[in-house]
Amino acid sequence: MAEKKTIIEKIWEDHVVHRDEGQPDLIYIDQHLVHEVTSPQAFEGLRLAGRKVRRPDLTFATMDHNVPTKDRENVKDEISAKQMDALKKNCADFGVKLADMFHPDQGIVHIIGPQLGLTQPGKTIVCGDSHTSTHGAFGALAFGIGTSEVEHVLATQTLYGDRPKTMNVKVNGPLGAGVTAKDLILAIIAKFGVKFGTGYVVEYTGEAVQSLSMEGRMTVCNMSIEGGARAGLISPDEKTVDFLTGRRYVPKEEEAFRAISEKWLSYATDEGAAYDKTIEIDATEIEPQVSWGTNPGMVVPISGATPSVDAVDNKDEITRALSYMDLTENQPITSIEIDHVFIGSCTNSRVPDLKNAAEIIKGKKVKDGIKAIVVPGSFLVKSEAEELGLDKIFKEAGFEWRDAGCSACLGMNDDIIPAGGRCASTSNRNFEGRQGNGARTHLVSPEMAAAAAIEGRFVDVRSYTTEEKIS
Amino acid sequence: MEAVEKHTGKVYPLNRDNVDTDQIIPKQFLKRIERTGFGQFLFYNWRFDDDGSLRHDFDLDNEKYEGASVMVAGENFGCGSSREHAPWSLLDFGFKVIIAPSFADIFYSNALKNGIIVIEADKDKVDEWQDKAQSGDFQLSVDLVEQTVTADGEVYKFDIPSYHKEKLINGWDDISLTLQLEDKINQYEESGRMGIS
Ligand code: SF4
Repeated sequence: MAEKKTIIEKIWEDHVVHRDEGQPDLIYIDQHLVHEVTSPQAFEGLRLAGRKVRRPDLTFATMDHNVPTKDRENVKDEISAKQMDALKKNCADFGVKLADMFHPDQGIVHIIGPQLGLTQPGKTIVCGDSHTSTHGAFGALAFGIGTSEVEHVLATQTLYGDRPKTMNVKVNGPLGAGVTAKDLILAIIAKFGVKFGTGYVVEYTGEAVQSLSMEGRMTVCNMSIEGGARAGLISPDEKTVDFLTGRRYVPKEEEAFRAISEKWLSYATDEGAAYDKTIEIDATEIEPQVSWGTNPGMVVPISGATPSVDAVDNKDEITRALSYMDLTENQPITSIEIDHVFIGSCTNSRVPDLKNAAEIIKGKKVKDGIKAIVVPGSFLVKSEAEELGLDKIFKEAGFEWRDAGCSACLGMNDDIIPAGGRCASTSNRNFEGRQGNGARTHLVSPEMAAAAAIEGRFVDVRSYTTEEKIS
Repeated sequence: MEAVEKHTGKVYPLNRDNVDTDQIIPKQFLKRIERTGFGQFLFYNWRFDDDGSLRHDFDLDNEKYEGASVMVAGENFGCGSSREHAPWSLLDFGFKVIIAPSFADIFYSNALKNGIIVIEADKDKVDEWQDKAQSGDFQLSVDLVEQTVTADGEVYKFDIPSYHKEKLINGWDDISLTLQLEDKINQYEESGRMGIS
């Protein structure tokens, strides 16, 4: 009988271009995604060395980090404009496809890859962005790289890497009603810490993971890096195949599609394959989660409170975080009042995210004094959401409905949370100053963010009554 | 990349765990399209107030650390985003060596690619060096070939994967090395193993 392998080993072995004992493997990269912030120095490096992009056909670029989410025609920040112009010129000079600010395919790089069908099971996918792990939801080996590596991939379509250590993050039992993929990944990081995955590629398995929609799986894989893992993935199944059916870069012809989907499914981890490490969590115990501090491991359930400094080992870190967040020890999460709400980012800006938030909002109003924005992940998400009438629901409730981009996830454009502002955010990082210098971020699911917008503070969305489902 | 074998320098102790790349270089400085000039923005939000004046609760700019070129940091240094602007800013500021009990994966490889010597050392050692460095005149000597850190005459041995060591010592550029394997890449592409659609 053939050796039982994990999906991680299968993909890796399939991509080894060159192996020397005692050296890292040289692996082939099937898909390279590029954005404006981490690429200019890489293209410049190629130019200086007189090199070409080896496979422009396997490279796809978009603009997302800097783009304004309103009045796109006039980018006020000159340096942002310069960075975007540089990408335009680089893509033109080197023959790389680009979905620029006005292109219908534009959006956050990790949202558009799957939508276009560039993301597929079994592929190696890289991008100069740590949330490239998102694409792992499809059973791709996808990870973030630095700019030197971006240049390396542009020039050679390969990368050096050590055979990854494998970790199984096993989620037992089902998630409760009203508990989302976001709560699951936040709970995993809260339980195992911000570096449990360092040095590993993690595979998420178990009932709760299998039951997730593809969008939910993307939310989980997206935040692998917040647990230290450069890549996180989920074995492909029928849901994966269904999602990809008919996408632009997926074969359409019946026979070809059947062949490729068989190949995709063959990457799934073999029953009984061994991992270097396995950790487990019980999904049935997970409540909606809220981050209280300044790293994504500082997370508690909605029924919980901020920690007591006496009870922790890392007293300095916790004290500094409480002070930055302007919270006290043992403060109940439901007592925290917010003044900003951001629904967006590559973690939670897909159609179902927006729909779930809209169901909470429908017929209600954003509380006075709260600035709330929804930023769809891509133009395509935006138009699909508008077909469902979600834009109207949000706008009637008092949300702003914006154009696609990273926006207030990192505030490189004008969407910045002011110093001292406190934001319920569906993004993935609550680092100091992430959403704006002095801004305070609480990471939550779209549903929890929506409920917070109405109540002005965090509430348990499970006890929240909604008018009706949006079909 | 410049070849590097040895380095001796003054230590700056950064006694914080989980220092993320958003702190190392905040997003407002990622818009430049050059590789240089990032040093002035290192730890910007910790060093400066909104109006650009120096803050007093962070000591990187304290006179006693002037000229420091070795940083001894806490656990999980460099977590967060993949921005290579983080090692660029550390290097441009003058740091040639970073020692910590653990590093985030992407930061570690980004730093190496820029010729920064990154050393994983035992937590006890790191704590000891951080304490000693409070004086502002504590020096460490790193010898990559011997894989040693020497402080106050005491020699500490560290591990580093041999291929990382080799690249640093020789100042090798990955791309030129890989292009020597172009035949293999061609073969791989022709084999039809890649790529799916
Ligand atoms: S949405 Fe946020 S986390 Fe995602 S790619 Fe953009 S900046 Fe990075």
